[in-house]
Formats: sequence, C-alpha cells, structure tokens
Amino acid sequence: MKQFIHKLLGGFYMFTESVSMSIANITQNRLRSFLTILGIMIGVTAVIALITTVSGVSTSISDSFTSMGAGTMSVSITGNDIQAGLTSDNMDEIAKLDHVTGVTPTVSATISVARGNTSETDISLAGKNDYYFTTSPDAVERGRGFNLLDLNTMARVCLIDSDMVDEFFYGVDPIGQNLYLNNLSFTVVGVLADNSGESVSEIVSGTSDIYAPYTTVLKMNSETLVTAITVYIDEASASSAVQTTLGNYLDNLFNYEDDTYDITTMDSIQETMDSMLSMMSALLGGIASISLIVGGIGIMNMMLTSVTERTVEIGLKKAIGAEPAQIQIQFLIEAFMLSMIGGLIGVVLGIALSAILCNVMGTTFTISYNAIALGVGFSAAVGILFGWSPARKASNLSPIDALRRM
Amino acid sequence: MSENKEVFFRMRDIEKKYALGDEESTVLKGINLDINQGEYLAVLGPSGSGKSTLMNIIGCLDKPSSGEYILHGSLIDDLDEKELAQIRSREIGFIFQNSQMLPKLDAMKNVELPLIYAGVRPRERARRAEEMLVKVGLQDRIHHRPNMLSGGQQQRVAIARALVTRPTLLLADEPTGALDQTTGQQIMALFQQLNDDGHTIVMITHDLKVARNAKRIVNIIDGELTEVEEATFA
Repeated sequence: MKQFIHKLLGGFYMFTESVSMSIANITQNRLRSFLTILGIMIGVTAVIALITTVSGVSTSISDSFTSMGAGTMSVSITGNDIQAGLTSDNMDEIAKLDHVTGVTPTVSATISVARGNTSETDISLAGKNDYYFTTSPDAVERGRGFNLLDLNTMARVCLIDSDMVDEFFYGVDPIGQNLYLNNLSFTVVGVLADNSGESVSEIVSGTSDIYAPYTTVLKMNSETLVTAITVYIDEASASSAVQTTLGNYLDNLFNYEDDTYDITTMDSIQETMDSMLSMMSALLGGIASISLIVGGIGIMNMMLTSVTERTVEIGLKKAIGAEPAQIQIQFLIEAFMLSMIGGLIGVVLGIALSAILCNVMGTTFTISYNAIALGVGFSAAVGILFGWSPARKASNLSPIDALRRM
Repeated sequence: MSENKEVFFRMRDIEKKYALGDEESTVLKGINLDINQGEYLAVLGPSGSGKSTLMNIIGCLDKPSSGEYILHGSLIDDLDEKELAQIRSREIGFIFQNSQMLPKLDAMKNVELPLIYAGVRPRERARRAEEMLVKVGLQDRIHHRPNMLSGGQQQRVAIARALVTRPTLLLADEPTGALDQTTGQQIMALFQQLNDDGHTIVMITHDLKVARNAKRIVNIIDGELTEVEEATFA
C-alpha cells in the first residue's frame, strides 16, 4: 500500500514536471509553436463563430416568428374546376369557425403609379380587408383603414407608405388627394406606418408599397376569387383543432378532391426554418472542423520534427532511467498543450468574432456553451490523436541509437 | 534469485551477436568479469574492439545475446524495456563523453532530472541535487545554464547527475575525451575522490594514460577481455 502511494505520488511529480518541461519547450520555440497552433486556433475560431452566429440568427428569426406569427395560419387555395378560390362569403364562413377570430385575404398586383408629372412602375399593391385593420391597428399611421362599404363597393381608395408619400406628395398632405394606379384614379385615405404589422408572407415576399381594398385589387386583376388567406385564431394551442375544422370546411367546399388547398401553420414554417438553420450550422461547422484536422496534422508534423531533433535528449533521458511510458506521456502532454493553447485562444477569438458578427447583422448574441465545449473538446482530442504517434515514436527510440548521435 | 542477492557484479560468458544481412557478427565473445564493491575499473580498448557494446550491456541499455549478467542481485538477462529503465534509474549513473546537459535547464534541474523519473518529491530532489553540485565543486554555479558553463564544469554537472540517484555503479564513457588535459586531470582527480568515498566506478576508454587513473584495468580486444596485471603499467 505504502509502495502504491509512493508510486502514485512519483507519477504525479513526474506529470507536473512534464507539464513545466512542455511549457519550456513550447515557449522556447515561440514562433514555431505559434505557427503550429495557428491551424487549431483558426479552426476553433471558425467553428465557434459560425455556430454562435447561426444560432443568433435562428434565435432572432424564431423571436420574430413568435412575436407576429403566433396564432395565425396561412392557407393557399387552388380549388377545383368549379371554383378555383374563395369568395368573400367563403371567407365570412371561415371567420365564423370555432376559435377563428378573423380572416385576411392575400391579394396583390404589380402596378404603375402616377401623379402629375411623376410616375413609377413596378409598384407592389396589396389588397386588404377590414379585418386586417382590426387585427393590426398599428398599420395605419394617419388617416383611416378600409371599411365594409369600401369593400362592397370596390371603392377606389388606397393607403400609401412613407416612401410613396416622399415620391408623389413631397410637401403636400396626401390624404384626400388623387393618385393614378394603372391609370385609374384613387383617393388616398391614409398613410401606412413604417414596419407596420407585416405578416409572415409579406416578410417572405417583401412588403407592399400601397394598400387597396382587396375587392378592388381583384377587379383590377380581372379576378373574382381569393387564392390565399391568413386565418387568425384566438389561441395558439387551438391551432391543430382549427386546422381540422378548416380542413373539413375546405374539403366540403371542393368536393373532397385532392390538392385543392394547403394549410401552413406558423409552427410548421418555424420547424422548417429551424431544421434548415441547424442543417446549415452543422454544414458550416463541418467545413470549419476540416481546418481543425488540418491543424492537427500541423501539430503532428511539429511533434515528429521535434522527436527527431530531440533524439539525443530522449536517449539521455532513457539512459538515466526514464521509462518508455514516461517519455510517451511527456510528448503527449506537449502535443495536448499545444493544441489546447490553440483551442483556448480560438475560443476567445471565436466569441469575439461572433459578437462582432451578431452586432453587424443585428441578431441576438448569446454565448453558445455547446460551441465552446465542442471547440475545447475537439482541440483536446486533436492534440491527443495527432500527438499519439509522435509520442509513441519517441518512446520507442532505442537509447543506444540515440546516444550514438552524441 | 536468492543466491544472487549478495552478488555485486558478475558477467559470465556474455556474448553479443549482430545480424548483418545474412551474416552474423559476434562483437562480444564470451566476456567474464567480476567487479567488487568500491572498485575502480578501466576498460581499455581501441575503437571497434567491442567496448561500446560492453558499456551498453554493463549500463543495461542493451541485453546480451547469451550469457549471465547479475548486477546488485538482479539478473539482467530477462528484463523488458521498462524494467531495464528502472534498473538504470536505480543502479547506474552514466557519465558520457559530452556531458549532455539539457540546454534549456539550469545545472540544478539537469541534476534533478533522474530523480524526476524516479518519482522523488520536489523538495527532496532539490536538496539532493544541491548536495551533489556542492560535492563536485559547483556550489556557485547552481543556477547556470549549460551555455554559461565551461566544458569541465558541464562534465562536473554530469557527474553530479550520475551521483544523485546514489547508484550502485558509476559508468563513465571516455569522461575526459572532450576536455583539455588540465581539465581532464581535474575530472580524474574528482573520480579518485569519489572512489575514495566508496563509489564503484567503471570507466571505458581508449587512452591508456586515462586508464591508468583506475586501480584495475581490463583490456578488450576483438570482443575478448584480458586482465592487465598491475605490474605492466604501474
């Protein structure tokens, strides 16, 4: 027992001594050590920066999803041969389903706009209903939204955003003024707020510059039916129940034919988004970890050179009583420390870099402990893995051959 | 093994053969050698005589092809690498032609080195290393690095390093080979003093003048050992 403890303590003294000898060797060849750890450093930096940045983007996206998308679902309608969309009566009926608070249609057109000598093409026009202004009261900055009368009479009224105001009504109050949309005279009844209640589909397809009653836009497009709607529900948990009742209603409407509609909930969009982002994160992380392997090869190369250079030292140490395992451990510690120094510097640089990137991209910066653990763990593994063979080579050197070189 | 317990140093019919392609060359041809505790022996031989091979075997760096070698009660012949390392650590103090100090370490750390591998605790290491450096006359060079020391001083550090484990046997390979005559004589004087203190010394050399410092000389020529009578060189 006493002998065992003695041995254990001896091993510990040997270990601490090996650590300090490794530090001496690493600091002795500062430039070479630095160049060697550069690969690991860059690899870890890249892994951490990529993972943290992508997770920042993902957090920001899912935050905005929950802030605006909770409690809505998008429905796109192809319909059948008899009816290739929804009528306003259909939408009224959907709005009366359990847990449904309202429905907004998604109707759009690309138009030309003119007033006086100013004209502009490729302007996006969105059709809205009255419920839109009920559910997004912040959308209107000045003036009014649309009412039932506007919708029923296909009134030529519109709301315009601030860019349009600057473009066509510089120095003039636009409300009550006329504006020509596709050569039709419209009355401006309000100004849209910047970043006003954008729906998810608007974020994806870009925001519209001008709003008009959806019935008016349908008429401008020579259409009668709505092919996409957003359904608002009273609580997010009712999402699947509404999906069922809405599905039943639409199945009934389109005679149970296949592929007549598609319901997308926010949850499913978010899931798709999340899985895309995590795939991207894994892919980028994978690419970055190639540089970790390259870094490992760099360490192996330096260690092999070092073993050759220190043949005499190894032979001497063996002659004065170092066991093969003791020599091996010492070289392994050196490779491990090289790799870990690179890894730790990489962690610090990676965090700094991702903080900068998140700041530039305006996403939330959170330190990803997983990424740090991955970076540190990976560099430790690289050190041991790529240090193993050089250390083994050192421990197998014959002291006679080594001393013959003296 | 029990019969070997009191054997200090015994070699019987030691042979060492090397394969050179298809041929086999016998470097040591049946060496018989006994050394008593406290002896000061010189192994004298020209290069190619097999004296380096003999030194490697005496120093437990290499194993004989056949024969029996007992050092301080241990039969060396059937030990593995690790056990040989432990024997070297415990029984042998090496002094090489070039002192072979590690350049990054100061004199003290160089002397401590064997104790590190022997698992001696740091304070004890430092105490013993300092004691040995004082013994070889380097009390005011303790924290000098090799590049700050003369050749003779470096060789003294090597001697302190060899002594620090309190080995059974001091094994010196051309200890004055790299030194000028005066410094060489000083080192030889130190060997004499160590032998007077009771250390057993085996010195390998090609130089008869150096060998004459020893109390007993054996000649190795062509892998065979012959005792040189004192009368012939006294």
